[in-house]
Amino acid sequence: MSAAVLDARSVAARVTDPEMPMLTLEDLGVLRDVVADDGRVVVTITPTYSGCPAMATMRDDLEHRLLDAGYDDVEVRVSLTPAWSSDWITDAGRRALAEHGISPPGAAPAGGPIALDLLPTRRAVRCPRCASDDVRLVSEFGATACKAIYACRECLEPFDHVKEI
Amino acid sequence: MSDHDSGHDSVYDGLLGEDDSHWAFGTSFEDPLAGVDTTIPDGADPATLAVYCLMLGDDALVYSHRLSQWASNAPDLEDDIALANTALDLLGQARLLLARAAAADASVVPAMPEGSPVPAEDALAFFRDEPAFRNLRFVEPENGDFAVTIARLLVFATYRLALLERLVASADPVLSAIAAKGVKEVAYHRTYAGRWFVTLAQGTDESRRRLEAALPVVWRHHDELFATHPVEADAAVQGVGVDPAQLAGEVGAVLDQVLATAGVDRPEVPSAGPVAGGRGRDGRHTEHLSRMLAEMQSVARAHPLGQW
Repeated sequence: MSAAVLDARSVAARVTDPEMPMLTLEDLGVLRDVVADDGRVVVTITPTYSGCPAMATMRDDLEHRLLDAGYDDVEVRVSLTPAWSSDWITDAGRRALAEHGISPPGAAPAGGPIALDLLPTRRAVRCPRCASDDVRLVSEFGATACKAIYACRECLEPFDHVKEI
Repeated sequence: MSDHDSGHDSVYDGLLGEDDSHWAFGTSFEDPLAGVDTTIPDGADPATLAVYCLMLGDDALVYSHRLSQWASNAPDLEDDIALANTALDLLGQARLLLARAAAADASVVPAMPEGSPVPAEDALAFFRDEPAFRNLRFVEPENGDFAVTIARLLVFATYRLALLERLVASADPVLSAIAAKGVKEVAYHRTYAGRWFVTLAQGTDESRRRLEAALPVVWRHHDELFATHPVEADAAVQGVGVDPAQLAGEVGAVLDQVLATAGVDRPEVPSAGPVAGGRGRDGRHTEHLSRMLAEMQSVARAHPLGQW
């Protein structure tokens, strides 16, 4: 592996998610591949959700960072399969989320037919501020496509939880 | 728009700082299938695949736009956000499906003026006339009240989840990938609608009255979900699509589960008949769609050379 390849990978890995800037694209698990050959780099990323509005910004940021790093030909490709899973968020990413008051996801559900559950979703969620497990689900939909809203009954603070998909 | 360069200081300049690369607008990063292999699979007809993708894409696009009209109008902030997120997921699915349609058969994309920078997915969304839309009439009507919206979302999400779960096995790897992503999203939509449905049914006298009034309104177009169009039949035979008639049993069972939990009877209302011999999949629509498109498409059509 040449030095240039390592360099391109490390440059791309440091680009952050525009909506959760405490996470790098690598921590989030959306950076799938970086291939560098002389001055040319091909980066492959995958969307978290189909409608993720941050995709265009991620692609633009990757191109800018790699051009700034001296590459003169940068292509950003999209990979749709396998579909992104919250299981791909790295341990470092989970720690960064918790440090910034966002509850990291539990294990993603297994594949197969999805049975309808009309009772509130049960998750082992702890308040990222006071660590209490006495929390309640406010909404399965939050400020971004990938988050649910919880509230802590102990410290009364609301907080985001990254959903399991 | 890029031609709107007045030289004034923008109130947003402070957000940019020294680095304007935070903003992707006006860049070339629009194609949601950039770098994806869109080769037509063996045994599939490109025209059939393209129209089939328009059908599923138009369902998502029209319903996304309809749901987005709840933004700032929902009963509370959490549901405003939930409906907007649901609309956003469907818009993402619509973009992928319309882009896949254009990649399969470019002849489905409306001709644009020379030099227009409008990408194919936008040309399909904003420059087709109503008869070229292939969505189900089910997704067209005005939102009505929150109970009508929840009842319609429950039926639609249940139908679409059953469809996408089967579409994961499509012989077209692009459709398969779009479906696999969509399954995860639409499962949340169905759960949201199912829980609200039970809550409204078991809530106050007023919420139950509204829900019971909503069901016949929504059910008029229920049967159209499972009426197989020849293009859907062909797509199923070619291994790229799903025959919707095969979904009726599973969808019915899930809906009955919700109705039983809610203690509400399945409505018995006559189905909406065809219009001029056709249904939504044939390009025959309710009057609601024309009004929606007039609003949705007006800005894009006024600026066919616009760079956004």
